[in-house]
Amino acid sequence: MEEIKIKISNLHKSFGKKVVLDGVDLEINKGESLVVIGGSGTGKSVLIKCIQGLLEPDKGSIQIDGEETIGVDEEEQNRLHSKMGMLFQGGALFDSLRVWENVAFGLIENQKMPRKEAKTEAIRVLRQVGLAPDVADSYPSELSGGMQKRVSLARAIATKPEIIFFDEPTTGLDPIMADVINDLIIESAKGLGATALTITHDMASARKIADRIAMLYKGKIIWQGSVKELDKTDNEYVRQFINGSSQGPIKVEI
Amino acid sequence: MENRLQSFLRALGKPMVTFFMRLGNLTMFIGQSLYHCVTPPFYFKLLGRQFLDIGFYSLPVVGLTTVFAGMVIALQSYTGFARFGAESAVASVVLISVTRELAPVLSGLMVAGRIGAAMAAEIGTMRVTEQIDALRTLSTNPFKYLVAPRIIAGVIVLPILVFIGDIIGIFGGYVIGVYKLDFNAANYINSTLQDMETLDIVSGLVKAAVFGFIITLMGCYNGYKSRGGAQGVGEATTNAVVSASILILIFNYIITELFFAK
Repeated sequence: MEEIKIKISNLHKSFGKKVVLDGVDLEINKGESLVVIGGSGTGKSVLIKCIQGLLEPDKGSIQIDGEETIGVDEEEQNRLHSKMGMLFQGGALFDSLRVWENVAFGLIENQKMPRKEAKTEAIRVLRQVGLAPDVADSYPSELSGGMQKRVSLARAIATKPEIIFFDEPTTGLDPIMADVINDLIIESAKGLGATALTITHDMASARKIADRIAMLYKGKIIWQGSVKELDKTDNEYVRQFINGSSQGPIKVEI
Repeated sequence: MENRLQSFLRALGKPMVTFFMRLGNLTMFIGQSLYHCVTPPFYFKLLGRQFLDIGFYSLPVVGLTTVFAGMVIALQSYTGFARFGAESAVASVVLISVTRELAPVLSGLMVAGRIGAAMAAEIGTMRVTEQIDALRTLSTNPFKYLVAPRIIAGVIVLPILVFIGDIIGIFGGYVIGVYKLDFNAANYINSTLQDMETLDIVSGLVKAAVFGFIITLMGCYNGYKSRGGAQGVGEATTNAVVSASILILIFNYIITELFFAK
């Protein structure tokens, strides 16, 4: 029996009348890389934000290492956050801070590492994601999109988190750069032995980084299984999605 | 009849609900901001940057505004008071109007335009690019990191700015009084010093502190709540300046009433 790292049960979240998550049940094992696929606006980002405590769900339970995380106080929330790292879709780098200060942010603010030591560590992590030490003193706006993604990845893994979230890691990158980022994600997650939860609609990326794939549709997980099972499934929704067809049970709401 | 009443109530109800929801949100925001202003950890480096941004870099704007305000008051009161032979009151009119009203209100409005807008735009951009979420995932409270330093700096710096504005404004009045209206320099200074009352200056500085709170609060609040990309940030910026300016004028009256109403 594998150890369960994150256990989500019956998770509900609505914004006004709009129901986004309608009873999500999902389990993620320790050290596993789970990819949640689904169309735009199906609540993938909301799911990830609920797990991180950035949004408060209306109902349901999220357990990390067997402990309930919903409704905990700020101190406990901070402790949970120190176990997590997140690669944001747009990078979300602090544009008033230098690259190394971004990467070292968690080390300095949370782990109280002295600045000098944190800078050395930041440069080490930057090298790990394929960036030369001389970018450390530039500002994020001076870097290309692909480099920003790398810096953001470096920031996410710098604190050696147990869980890493990847929010559409390859969106906005060319196919080659996307594959480079995929490799880095696999490398860094495996290197840390971390549990990874990725949300994406890029099937190439999903196939590459996933141990297991789950599909979110209309606020529910409608299918989950390994990449092999993905190609054999007769689930109409999943087949339509992975084939990228406009014909099928999923209707695009405009 | 029934329908018309219903639609009337509906038209009335929705804005009311929105209004009270916003009021509730704002109250909660204020509560949280104040709490995080007084509890550690404190970010002294960020506080220092805000002192520089709000205070030091506002000096030219405040200086220009107050010097011309003092000058125009000297000119206006001289020509106005000439009608009933009270030209000699120019020095004290400049003193009172600059310290009680003009320096705090004009500086407040200018800083609201300069700083309130910049804060809303900066924090708003951080919101829509998920930098605020990123702060939280790095175990850093955005209220402590972003809001508290700005509010603390605003409340401390505005009175200092206004005190400097007082001096510059009175000096503006002096220049016009002596070089244009031919007052005797010694007499002008004497009557300024004689009429000076602590309460005039203190009330102006209290106003400045309140305005500093309003400006930074509105900048942070509107930025923090902004949604939906560039347009949302644009709206936040406008709202920050407009709401801060209106609140400054309202609280200006309230504080004046508290200090001087008999």
